[in-house]
Amino acid sequence: MSNCVLDVKNLSVKIPLAGGVLHAVDNISLSVAKGETLCIVGESGCGKSLTSLAIMDLLPKKAIRKVDTLKLGGTSIANFSEKDMSSIRGNKMGMIFQEPMTSLNPAFTVENQMVETLARHQSVTGSKARELAVNMLEKVGITPAEQRLKQYPHQLSGGLRQRVMIAMTLLCEPELIIADEPTTALDVTIQAQILDLLRQLQNDFDVGLIFITHDLGVVANIADRVAVMYAGQIVEEGTVFEIFDKPTHPYTRGLLRCIPVPGKIKRGEPLGSIPGMVPSLIGTMDACRFEGRWDDASDRKFKQKKQKIRPLCLKDRIFEVEGDAGHIVRFCCDECLKKSNLNIMTANG
Amino acid sequence: MSANSEIKLDDGPKLGLLAKKVKGHQGMIIGSLIVFSVIAVALLAPLLAPHDPYQQDLMKRLVPPVWDDRGSWEHIFGTDHLGRDYLSRLIYGARISLLIGIGAALISGLIGTIMGVLAGYFGGRVDMVVTFMITVRLSMPVVLVALAVVAIVGGSLQVVITVLGLLLWDRFAVVMRSSTLQIRSMDYVAAAQAVGCSVSRVLMTEVMPNVVNNLIVITTIEIAHAIILEAALSFLGLGVQPPLPSWGLMVSEGKDMMLFESWLITIPGVALFLLVLAINLMGDGVRDITAPENRN
Amino acid sequence: MLFYTIKRFGLASLVALTVSFISFGLLYLSSDPAIAMAGETASDADIEAIRKLYGFDRPILVQYLDWLMRAMSGDLGKSYYFRTDVSALIGERLPTTMMLGVSAISFAIIFSVPLGVAAAIRPNSIIDRVALFLSVMGQALPSFWFALMLIVLLSVNLRLLPTSGSDSWLHFVMPTVVLGYYAAPAIMRLTRTGMLEVLSTDYIRTARAKGLQPAIVLFKHALRNAIIPVVSLAAVQFGFMLGGSIVVETIFALHGAGFLAWESITRNDLPTVQGLILVFSLFYIVLTFLADLLNAWLDPRIRIN
Repeated sequence: MSNCVLDVKNLSVKIPLAGGVLHAVDNISLSVAKGETLCIVGESGCGKSLTSLAIMDLLPKKAIRKVDTLKLGGTSIANFSEKDMSSIRGNKMGMIFQEPMTSLNPAFTVENQMVETLARHQSVTGSKARELAVNMLEKVGITPAEQRLKQYPHQLSGGLRQRVMIAMTLLCEPELIIADEPTTALDVTIQAQILDLLRQLQNDFDVGLIFITHDLGVVANIADRVAVMYAGQIVEEGTVFEIFDKPTHPYTRGLLRCIPVPGKIKRGEPLGSIPGMVPSLIGTMDACRFEGRWDDASDRKFKQKKQKIRPLCLKDRIFEVEGDAGHIVRFCCDECLKKSNLNIMTANG
Repeated sequence: MSANSEIKLDDGPKLGLLAKKVKGHQGMIIGSLIVFSVIAVALLAPLLAPHDPYQQDLMKRLVPPVWDDRGSWEHIFGTDHLGRDYLSRLIYGARISLLIGIGAALISGLIGTIMGVLAGYFGGRVDMVVTFMITVRLSMPVVLVALAVVAIVGGSLQVVITVLGLLLWDRFAVVMRSSTLQIRSMDYVAAAQAVGCSVSRVLMTEVMPNVVNNLIVITTIEIAHAIILEAALSFLGLGVQPPLPSWGLMVSEGKDMMLFESWLITIPGVALFLLVLAINLMGDGVRDITAPENRN
Repeated sequence: MLFYTIKRFGLASLVALTVSFISFGLLYLSSDPAIAMAGETASDADIEAIRKLYGFDRPILVQYLDWLMRAMSGDLGKSYYFRTDVSALIGERLPTTMMLGVSAISFAIIFSVPLGVAAAIRPNSIIDRVALFLSVMGQALPSFWFALMLIVLLSVNLRLLPTSGSDSWLHFVMPTVVLGYYAAPAIMRLTRTGMLEVLSTDYIRTARAKGLQPAIVLFKHALRNAIIPVVSLAAVQFGFMLGGSIVVETIFALHGAGFLAWESITRNDLPTVQGLILVFSLFYIVLTFLADLLNAWLDPRIRIN
């Protein structure tokens, strides 16, 4: 699979706390191909940010990462030392963060912070580096680039800073970019611009993009494939059409139910929501994670039909949706599987 | 704030967290024990001191402490160059250090608090003047001015306390000023609030503890500061005058003989060090305990 | 930035004037300069004559302005004891004190900053505990006692360093340590706190995500931001060293301005004392002023609007 930029199998992140072990990320697998955008969707606390940090090996010291397979462009980086990792970070894979206002060092110019990446990874310095930086700034829509280079972060707006971050990340032409809610802190109009920019750059550079968000509107806009994360697990995964057309897991259905559609929702009708709260992930994880979050009444009103599923790995309760190769669902316990009321096909179908 | 903001990671492993808390309190406990012991010793000096600290005995000059071969239990810490019992002088010296520390802190605390509160309460020009005065005071070389004034007026316990009290008020002023400003801003919050009664509650539960906490911390700092300054002044001959058993003076008197009779400078020096250390530990402890845990 | 500078400069000048007035008034009010000048054995008539001759009978304000005018042109009067120009006297002694002060603050910085950084990188580790321990100990240690103990230990018992005088650099080792150690705890703590704060910021996370080497992340990105308040603190501490130099120079018999202060104070040499207070204060004021400027200059957010 030379087309595969990132291959992750069975990634777990555990964090020992004073009150027990926090199972932040529980055996997730995902993959990204060249030029493809994978959106990881989920609410706060589901583990999506930690997943991205785990891939980059930027987890806090106390966190413990376990992974069966972690390959970047075919090369396994699961056991890379910090030294090796630091030479591919910013180089073969890059990351864009959520808060552009504080993600750049206030003491150095834009030029300084961009050029140091080139010096570090490609030994390019001086006027050549400047030239590359200028070109990249122009590509992300910052003009006049020369002027902006000399400025300090505090002289730029949030949208501009995020563009600078994007430019910085693209400088060494990475194979994979992880964007962790890059537009959440920005105005809606700027958000749209940044999304357009990312889409365009992805085309130009053929880079694999993981886009983490909690906003389904953004997902619909930019995703090729979607992974829905809940309580540290990926509960559903598929192409963006499959997810929006045929949501299978009760959580996904709940998420989509919550989107108010103008014209379809009556005045005075309550907005959809998923009842209950995300469970605590500390301690042994035998209990059901979706306990108390069912809303059968609303689900029945939900237009999307329930799909038939075929078992892929009964032990881990992983199923494939009938007719959609690659559209995967995962249940945390047998209870959920039963309550979901889905038609389980046998191998013979 | 950062990507790992989803989970708070301030706790270390269980044991480490517990140890840290105990250790933090440990210092304060030790410090407080020492301070209270010294206070007790100072108060009970007449009962505890084996001899009269001013009594000279020229037959028994420079007797070493009891742990030396030539020492004896009659003079546990030995005697000085005039045959005065060192332990007794040390005990009475505690009175001097504490008197000066507390006295100077009281005076400077009073001055500083008044200035700070006035500045914070009236704002405007009063604030400008007070801030200016603080800047002026900070620009003056304290040691030099103290020395000069004492030299001219003459050294004595009262003079030292007064001079130090008149010089060490700046931190009090700064802290009380910001606390008062904080209280003042509450007025505007209150005016904006529909419910009025919460102001005094907020004052009592949030601001006052903060103010008291800061005040205690600054007071301990300045007490320690005054004690060290007096010792330095007396060491240079421009502080408390002989025959008073100021620890600084004892070091000064002993320094000519420090080569062979080193206990003369070691003992009062250690006493100073321990007292100041204990006061600092106590102050640090109070700050650590009252500050973060108030956020409930 | 320019406006900021001018404003600070104006304030500094005003402070300097006020300090000079206070110190002038203080000394004059608490003693009779005529007596001080005439000496203890002079007769009343002599004292009166001196009073008239030197204008000590004029109002304080007039005397102050007179002194101020002359001070502004560099004339600080004549020393009662040394019988020379005070300005020349101070000028002669000041370099020694400056040298001592510079080496003391350098010692403090070289010792504390790396320690503070190391403690911040590994909080609650052994090195962190050691750093905090040293800082607590250092703040409680009286400098004059520390000096004496060092002398007993290093000069007498181990015969490593000379006791007094200022002939060679060896003579400056102990005075440097004694003068510098007191500034070390504050610098160490501020470095540690600053680094801890900076290391948890988003831009450090970005630096790591860019794959920069740990040394670069630490020293280029983190320290550059954490050091800003430390620079101000160091400048202020440097100012305090002038006061501390009185004790240190006296014990080690270094002929600097601090020793001169002690000499002139014990001899009631008013002009010299006044001159020294003025010089010391000016020094503080200039240092604080420079520290402010440095602070502003180091932070681009202040430097550029």
